Amino acid sequence: MAKKVARAPLDYLNMPAMKAWLAGVFIFLYTPLMILILFSFNDSKANIVWKGFTFKWYVKAFENTQLREALFNSLLIAGVCTVISVVLGALMAFAFWRFKFPFKGPLESGMSLPIVVPEICFGVAVLMFFAKVGFPNDLPYPFNLTQIILAHVTFAFPFVAIVVRARLEGFNPELEAAALDLGASPFQAFRDVIIPHMKPGLIAGGLLAFTLSLDDFVITFFASGPGTITFPVKVYSMVRFSVTPEVNAASTIIILITVVATVLALRAQAATTKES
Amino acid sequence: MSDRDTIIRVEEVSKRYGKVTAVDRVTLEIPRGEFFALLGPSGCGKTTLLRMLAGFEMPSEGKIFIDGVDMSTIPPNKRPVNMVFQSYAVFPHMTVFENVAYGLKFDNVAKADQYGRVMAALADVKLDHLAERKPDQMSGGQRQRVALARALVKKPKVLLLDEPLSALDAKLREAMRFELAELQDKVGITFVMVTHDQDEALAMAGRCAVMDRGKLMQTATPSNLYEFPANKFVADFIGSVNLFEGTLEVDEPDHAIVQSEELGGRIFFDHGVSGAGGEKMWVGIRPEKIELLKREEGAAPPTPEDAPSGCNVTAGTVRQISYLGSESIYEIDLVNGRRMQVSRPNLSRWDQEDFTWDDEVWLRWHGDSPVLLQS
Repeated sequence: MAKKVARAPLDYLNMPAMKAWLAGVFIFLYTPLMILILFSFNDSKANIVWKGFTFKWYVKAFENTQLREALFNSLLIAGVCTVISVVLGALMAFAFWRFKFPFKGPLESGMSLPIVVPEICFGVAVLMFFAKVGFPNDLPYPFNLTQIILAHVTFAFPFVAIVVRARLEGFNPELEAAALDLGASPFQAFRDVIIPHMKPGLIAGGLLAFTLSLDDFVITFFASGPGTITFPVKVYSMVRFSVTPEVNAASTIIILITVVATVLALRAQAATTKES
Repeated sequence: MSDRDTIIRVEEVSKRYGKVTAVDRVTLEIPRGEFFALLGPSGCGKTTLLRMLAGFEMPSEGKIFIDGVDMSTIPPNKRPVNMVFQSYAVFPHMTVFENVAYGLKFDNVAKADQYGRVMAALADVKLDHLAERKPDQMSGGQRQRVALARALVKKPKVLLLDEPLSALDAKLREAMRFELAELQDKVGITFVMVTHDQDEALAMAGRCAVMDRGKLMQTATPSNLYEFPANKFVADFIGSVNLFEGTLEVDEPDHAIVQSEELGGRIFFDHGVSGAGGEKMWVGIRPEKIELLKREEGAAPPTPEDAPSGCNVTAGTVRQISYLGSESIYEIDLVNGRRMQVSRPNLSRWDQEDFTWDDEVWLRWHGDSPVLLQS
């Protein structure tokens, strides 16, 4: 007699249909990426048939000066944007957490506006803004990246603020009181107790800001002046002619950077939940 | 009480939040070296008062003096008091040692002396072997010891404790009662503890202040609170009490009698009371001060030992029995329907069946047992 294994109500993974569905979802999600990565090692100019393994596209991508410059610009922009976003986002989160002030509710809801507004609208708005204020277009490198950095900060720092704000919700106010009670000034209490508590949120938010800035295309496209180019914009311009394995190779590198950043962010958040 | 012996003086202090008065004109003096408890139900203002001592809240009116210094303009980080928080508030990102050393940074203690002082404080709370632990590897009881050491290492003039035992389990709570009292004895620092648990306050404190709805009800030693409560609230809040409304009928220097409709009889006091005749008053009788006697159908009531006949004896029926091991509590229905509580120690292992459900009983008490309450 075939044994029928009893199944708990929430034991979905023991259902064959559910397993197949799950596999389907993963295939749908990751096949395009896998193909992109696979063909970055393909010894053929056409992205269709597998001809053999090679690193030459990576070498070629690396030798492409423009592409290299674009990647460096992107990393520089993302780095500066991260630092500014973390500071602004943390301060904003702290202000909303700590203080009561008029219009706090609408302001707090407005905090997520840059997240929900379609990027294309945001891009146009940024373009119009810089034109209206007459932002100098001819600054020497690397200051000609300022516009892109400013644009990136505007949409990246609310992410930091939201992550840090959520983290602060779990803060035990008695910890701050204890620091004051032991002789710390309000600033020392902030530095010694509140910032360490925020830290996982700062790291997670910072990495979020970094990856958002690194792969942003639409807003960057509108904000970039003549002569400034970032990695996604450069890749787009290369793809306009044809998708070469060189683009695959470059994209693979970006995927790698993003994955590493995400893993770090998740780790930071895991530390958060473990503590509380 | 002279000023020199008073460490904390609270003068007419009130705290209002909008229309709510959390603390209402409280005046209080705490002598140096005392273990003092602020006792009351939740929301009575005891924690607000403690937070005003620590400096986290400022009084709306009145003044607080600590060691003779007006605290009106002094922020919490400059006050000579330290606090053990209800959540312990041990810094999670620091080791035990770092937690205890944290407060010394602000006291200009030389780095060389810090180590010794921290370790001494940890030894005081028996945690010196766990100095390098992180708080998340410790039990609640151990974290509380860290919080204690962290506060005591600063050698404060007053140690404030906010519900120190509420988060511990029953056995540990009892052990900590003794340990806290011993620690206080050893360090000689004034302890001010907030608690809603009357057992805790009575067991540990030298004196207690009972608060209700922002007002100070009575300040006295534990035994005086229990045996000589100032009003109905204190009588009812500290321990259990049977309260009867009545009017003062006889008021002589050496005895008094209260007529109570609620009890359905007269209550005799073998001492004089201060009160006005004819006025509405209350009489409280503690459950353990009442004697239970078997009652036969149609038999005459037992004569009271020291009171005129018809006083301090009443008839009833056993309705409920709570067996608590060391004692049993009997709920007795009086003839007029009022319920009364009587407790009896279980002195022998065998006579627990002495009284059982539906037994007809007499309740009798001495003339020195009831207490007269005017409000």
